[in-house]
Amino acid sequence: MSAESLLVILSGIPWTLAITAGAFTMGAILGIPLCAMRVSRSWLLRSMAIVIVLILRSVPPIVWLFLLYFGIGSGFFQVGPMQASIVALGLITGANLSEIYRGALKSIHPGQWEASHALNMPRWSVFIDIMVPQLVRVILPSATSYIIGLLKDSAIASTVGVTEIAFQANFISRRHFQGLEVFAVAGLFYILISLPVAAVARYSDGVLRAKVAR
Amino acid sequence: MSDLFTFWLENLPTMIDGLIVSLEVTGVALAVGIPLGLLLALGVQSRTLAVRWATMAVVEIGRGAPALIMLQFFYFGLPQAGVSLTSFSAAAFALAWTTSAYTSEIIRAGLEAVPYGQKEAAAAVGFTHTDALRYIIVPQGLRVAAPALLGFSILMLQATSLCFAIALPELLSQAYMIGTNTFQYLPILILAGILYALICIPATIAVSLLERSLSRHTA
Repeated sequence: MSAESLLVILSGIPWTLAITAGAFTMGAILGIPLCAMRVSRSWLLRSMAIVIVLILRSVPPIVWLFLLYFGIGSGFFQVGPMQASIVALGLITGANLSEIYRGALKSIHPGQWEASHALNMPRWSVFIDIMVPQLVRVILPSATSYIIGLLKDSAIASTVGVTEIAFQANFISRRHFQGLEVFAVAGLFYILISLPVAAVARYSDGVLRAKVAR
Repeated sequence: MSDLFTFWLENLPTMIDGLIVSLEVTGVALAVGIPLGLLLALGVQSRTLAVRWATMAVVEIGRGAPALIMLQFFYFGLPQAGVSLTSFSAAAFALAWTTSAYTSEIIRAGLEAVPYGQKEAAAAVGFTHTDALRYIIVPQGLRVAAPALLGFSILMLQATSLCFAIALPELLSQAYMIGTNTFQYLPILILAGILYALICIPATIAVSLLERSLSRHTA
C-alpha cells in the first residue's frame, strides 16, 4: 500500500475522534436526567425513563443515524452528516450511560445517605461533596470501556459520508482495488487508538475501585 | 395517518423479507461464533504458549476492529486474495468472527466463576483434564454465561444492520431501497426501527427476567 493511501486513511482519524468525543459528551450529559428519572420517586418518571432507555437501546445505531440523516434531514430541516452521527450515537450513549450511572448510585452504601442526613447536610452538598467523588471512581472504568465501544461504533458515520477512517478506507479500496490491506490497516488503526484508552481503563479500574468505601 | 399505515402495509412484505435475512445472518453468526468462542475461551487458558498467543490475537482483532470494517474486509478485501464471497457468506464470516471474540470473553468469565475446588475435586476422583472440562467446568460455566450470551445475541441482531454497507438485502437495506424509490425515508425507516424494537424489546425484557431468576439463589 502506498504512503499516499496511508496518509488518506490517517486523515480520517481526527473525524473519528471528533465523533467519538462529541457523542460521548452528549451522552454523558443526557445520561444524567435519564438516570435521575430512573431513580426518581415518581412512578411516571421512572417508567418513562425505562421506556426511553429500552427504545434507544433496541434500535441499531445505524438505524438511528439513518432516521436522523435521511428521515428527518431530507424533510423538515437540514441535518449535516456530522451532526446526525454525533446525535444518533449520543442518544444511544445517553441511554447506556444512564444505566452505568444507576449502577454506580447503587454501589454507594445506603448508610452514607443516612449518615449525611443525620449530620443535617443540605441535599445539594451531600450530592456534590459526598456522592459525586465516589460516583466518578465507579463510573470511570465502565465509561472508558464504553468509549472504546463508541470509537468502533463511530465507523457507521462512513455510511452517511463523514470522512472518518472507515470512509477513507472505503474510498481508497474502491479506487485502487486493494481492499485487503486497506481494511486491515483501518482495523489496526482502531485497535491502536483504543490501546491508550484501554490502558487508562485498566489503570483506573485497579486504583480507583479500591478506594471506594464499602 | 391512514396514508402512513397503507404505505407501511404495502411495503411490509419486502421489509419482512429483509428481517428474515437479518435473522438468518444472526443465526449463522451465533451458531458458528458461540462454539468458536468456547474454543477460544479454552485456548486463552491453554498451557501452550503458542496456542495462547494465537487465540489472544484472534480475540483482540475480533474485539478491537469495528464490525463494519470486518464486514468490508471480508466482502471488498478478500476478492483481492482470490476469494470472492457472496454478501451473505461475507456477513456470516465477519460477524461470526466478531461473535466468537466477544463471546469468548463472556464464556471465559463464566468458566472462571466455577470455584477452583471443583477442578481439584475432579482431579482427585480421577477425571482427566478433558473430562473435567467436558462434564464439570464447561456445563457450569456456560450456565453462568447464559444471560450475557443471550444479551449479546440481541446486540448481534442489531449489528446485522451494518451489512447494509456490503449490499446484503437485510432489513435496513430494504428500508433504504424503499426510501430511495419513494422518497419516503422517514416513514419506512421508522417501520424498520419498529421491527427491530419489536424483537429486541421483548428479548431484552426476557433476558433480564432470566437473569433475575438465575441469580435469585446466589444473591
